[in-house]
Amino acid sequence: MKNEWPLWEVFIRGQHGMNHRHVGSLHAPDAEMALKNARDVYTRRNEGVSIWVVEAAHITASSPEEKGAFYEPSNSKVYRHPTFFDIPEEVGSM
Amino acid sequence: MAQDQALFEYLLRLGDNTLVLGHRVSEWCGHSPVLEEDIALANTALDLIGQTQLWLGLAGEVEGKGRDADTLAMLRDIWDFRNLLLVELPNGDFGQTLMRQFLFDAWQSINLGRLMNSTDPRIAEIAAKASKEAAYHVERSGDTVVGLGDGTDESHARMQKALDYLWPYVGEMFLSDDVDATLVKAGIAPDPASLRDDYDALIGRVMDSATLTIPDSRFTHKGGKTGKTHTEHLGHVLTSMQWLQRAYPGASW
Repeated sequence: MKNEWPLWEVFIRGQHGMNHRHVGSLHAPDAEMALKNARDVYTRRNEGVSIWVVEAAHITASSPEEKGAFYEPSNSKVYRHPTFFDIPEEVGSM
Repeated sequence: MAQDQALFEYLLRLGDNTLVLGHRVSEWCGHSPVLEEDIALANTALDLIGQTQLWLGLAGEVEGKGRDADTLAMLRDIWDFRNLLLVELPNGDFGQTLMRQFLFDAWQSINLGRLMNSTDPRIAEIAAKASKEAAYHVERSGDTVVGLGDGTDESHARMQKALDYLWPYVGEMFLSDDVDATLVKAGIAPDPASLRDDYDALIGRVMDSATLTIPDSRFTHKGGKTGKTHTEHLGHVLTSMQWLQRAYPGASW
């Protein structure tokens, strides 16, 4: 019998933040308790206005070994960066 | 009974409930079965101690003898405490602690809801603040009672045992005396007996989901809220809670 509760990843949207950010993980028997545990573990100092939890097993992650094939090809494609445009001064900072 | 004297007694009851239970729950700090529950219980304990500061602070004001919340908490002896017997009972196992918590939270959340309509604005204000915490507490302890009651054979058996042990202490919440009568008349506090229907409905719903059986008896131990007779456990609670102020009077840091 498996005695360990599943692992959940916790995402919190802060007072002024627009996006939920990953803040850590915790164990819980189900999604509802994961939310409650996240509330107790990660929002003790009034950090959040919204919490997402997702079971870690449901996250598909890229593997570090594929780093080369995944990211290096974009290294040499400088034209993908918008650095070749002259921005009129009136526009101000972008 | 003079209204101020009744009010002082009543505030001690509210404050001593949260003080003693808060201390009891804090005993789990660093010992809970899992980290998440440890932090959650510590949060609950801190909420309860925070509520204590408000209730006992107001009690000291009403008494008018210069005693503040700390003095009332740390320098009274067993016979001066007015908490329900339920909250001074030992933690037992984790299930027993959470069962005690739920049986208290359910009553506390209903009582605070009524106190929000108190004719005394100081009481209504504290109740409004505390009721948000209590609403979370009862949701959390209720869910845990369901999770463990409707869990494995072992957790179910432990929760049923906890309920059987604690049930004879529930009835004290609904008993009245002169203190209650005086405050009910003034519209300051609800009649304790009038909370019973809501309480039974809430408890019934949760115990149903938890597949637990509420004992078929209304016998109740009593004497905590009147201060007449506490259990032998309260003295041990006070010994550990008050030793620092007793050993080093006036110590602060």
